Amino acid sequence: MLPAGVLLLLFLTYPLGLGIWLGFTDTKIGRGGAWIGLENYQFLWSDSVTRLALFNTLFYTFIASVVKFVLGLWLAILLNERLPLKTFFRSVILLPYIVPTALSAIAFWWIYDSQFSIISWALVKMGLIDHYIDFLGDPWNARISTIVANIWRGVPFVAITLLAGLQTISPSLYEAGAIDGASGWQRFRFITLPLLTPIIAVVMTFSVLFTFTDFQLIYVLTRGGPLNATHLMATLSFQRAISGGALGEGAAIAVAMVPFLLAAILFSYFGLQRRAWQQGGSDK
Amino acid sequence: MSDNRRKFLKKASAGAAAVSVPMLWPASASAQQWNNQPEKGATLRVLRWKRFVQGDEDAYMANVKKFTEKYGIAVRVDNEGWEDVRPKAAVAANTGGGPDIILSTNDDANLYPDKLLDVTDLSDYLGKKYGGWYPGAQAYCRPDGKKWIAVPLGCAGSMIVYRGSQVKAAGFDAFPKNTDDFLKMFKALKEKGTPGGMALGNATGDGLWCNWLVWAFGGMLVDKNNKVIIDSPETAKALEYGKELYATFVPGTLSWLDPNNNKAFLDGQVSVTNNGISIYYAAKNATDPKVKEMAADIQHAAFPVGPVGQPTESHLFFNQMIFKYSKYPKAAKEFLRFMMEQEQFDPWLTGAGGYVAPPLDTYAKSAIWTADPKNTPYRDAVKNMRPAGYAGKLGYASAGAGADFIIVNMVAEAVSGSKTPKEAMQRAQQRAERYYKV
Repeated sequence: MLPAGVLLLLFLTYPLGLGIWLGFTDTKIGRGGAWIGLENYQFLWSDSVTRLALFNTLFYTFIASVVKFVLGLWLAILLNERLPLKTFFRSVILLPYIVPTALSAIAFWWIYDSQFSIISWALVKMGLIDHYIDFLGDPWNARISTIVANIWRGVPFVAITLLAGLQTISPSLYEAGAIDGASGWQRFRFITLPLLTPIIAVVMTFSVLFTFTDFQLIYVLTRGGPLNATHLMATLSFQRAISGGALGEGAAIAVAMVPFLLAAILFSYFGLQRRAWQQGGSDK
Repeated sequence: MSDNRRKFLKKASAGAAAVSVPMLWPASASAQQWNNQPEKGATLRVLRWKRFVQGDEDAYMANVKKFTEKYGIAVRVDNEGWEDVRPKAAVAANTGGGPDIILSTNDDANLYPDKLLDVTDLSDYLGKKYGGWYPGAQAYCRPDGKKWIAVPLGCAGSMIVYRGSQVKAAGFDAFPKNTDDFLKMFKALKEKGTPGGMALGNATGDGLWCNWLVWAFGGMLVDKNNKVIIDSPETAKALEYGKELYATFVPGTLSWLDPNNNKAFLDGQVSVTNNGISIYYAAKNATDPKVKEMAADIQHAAFPVGPVGQPTESHLFFNQMIFKYSKYPKAAKEFLRFMMEQEQFDPWLTGAGGYVAPPLDTYAKSAIWTADPKNTPYRDAVKNMRPAGYAGKLGYASAGAGADFIIVNMVAEAVSGSKTPKEAMQRAQQRAERYYKV
């Protein structure tokens, strides 16, 4: 127990505590800072770029997480059926997840290139558009494009985890449902979904956490541009703290992410995982 | 090159081989004294930006090998993408551990001057021996005008790269020297279907043209007292001009990061852009015959002069920092001295193919700048550049403002119509004031 406690303190509690402390100081790179209370937070609240980054992060996380869940669940159900070459398809679906993020981000960077995009090229050749799409040069296009790249990368994690959950559901429950005349939707609604809820809670908690704190994808694709339209809290924190040298302010941006992350965890814990029936009781 | 200098070089090359090198380099060179004894058993770690052109890395590593052979000091050189060197240098400064020497960019040395070894003796020695440091290099590495906190290495010139045939076809026999003609040329190029384009995304190096734009019309982020004055009539004029210029650009420049214009240019999609010499270097050394053929048509020029009446060039500066935590500070100094000496520095400049412009006047005489006349515009990049924090002092504030792309984003917002010039200036003013509050 002691080694585990020491490890937790050293690698989890200390960095978090240090980050919180730095957020209350005006520490710069290579220079100690003085306590300035809430000044960093007051400034950040008035800073239009930070507010834009917060909006971007929430938008990015919400859209990407919902789509990843829907696509992941659909894929998991599909892969749980008796399909030919099922093992092969299960392996293939993992590919986006095992490719290093930086590498897949570079691939998307090419796909979205304003001059060389394969998508634009194909659409032009097919006569569907007459000029290349400005994927990363227009603020809303850039937001959507980065979300699509995140979804592509994140779906396998959701799909494979939910597939594992699906395989724990006893086939006899479906057989009983079929005997009672339940439709496909009813079997999904009253058997699959309730029994999958605990794993959904876990996988979506992690999915939200990973998406909310995404960094590499944005850093490679846009570095927060154009016009700060794709800056997430994580990328802005890095830009201000490390590149810009304002460690205190950067830490404050990072700490400002914590309440949102805690909310996601608490929602999962109290809202989904601790249903009474899972503890042997019954839900009210 | 002036006629006098040509005559001098001709005479020098006609002289006896034994005296040719001393004739080429200043007579004062041999008079400079340098006393330094590296620590026994020293080893060094150097972190530098990854090559932009292969010849740079090859020549640098050849010099490192020479150093090790001469001094018996093993040197480990790590190469990182230059966007990644800055964070690593920051962590090294903050934690007090890491490479002995870091070659980094722009005002990094001014972020943590207290963590860096005083290299005044070394810089004075090199300055006296090699014709003196250019003012821009001094602004970056000797911020108080007395103590050197880093040794300048040079800069990657951000010059205009253009297709000679396409500019000529647009009606310009010579590259424009002022901003009015520059705009006319961009308009003509667009009409001819061969538009230009310059990066407006968060591009650290290629976004520097935005500094040129603001400075060319008399705008400045800060005045000499570091007071933020970006919200000004001069900046407004620059942004109005920028709007007209942007309207002629190839679509997509708002998303362009540093590599985008290289790719677009070499693919023949833009006729004019701003860049280091790497586009030309890549064309010359290309295996694709179509790209190689383009090299003959590639020309370079300095940015035109705006209403302020003087050049307002902005380039990507490189510095060499020795950290105080180094166990072998004397060996580290010796390494930098060795690498900056003519016997090593000149072959390295040559290997880099003109990518790095020298910070010392004597190295402007290097053959690389005239062996191919297309290299010449890059020669004086350090000599002519304005430091990033112009007209104020460099430091945490200027570094932060640069890293936060305040000027680039202001220009991008205004020229793209996302904000009015006034709104863009006000946002830039507010953000910059935060950094300059220190």
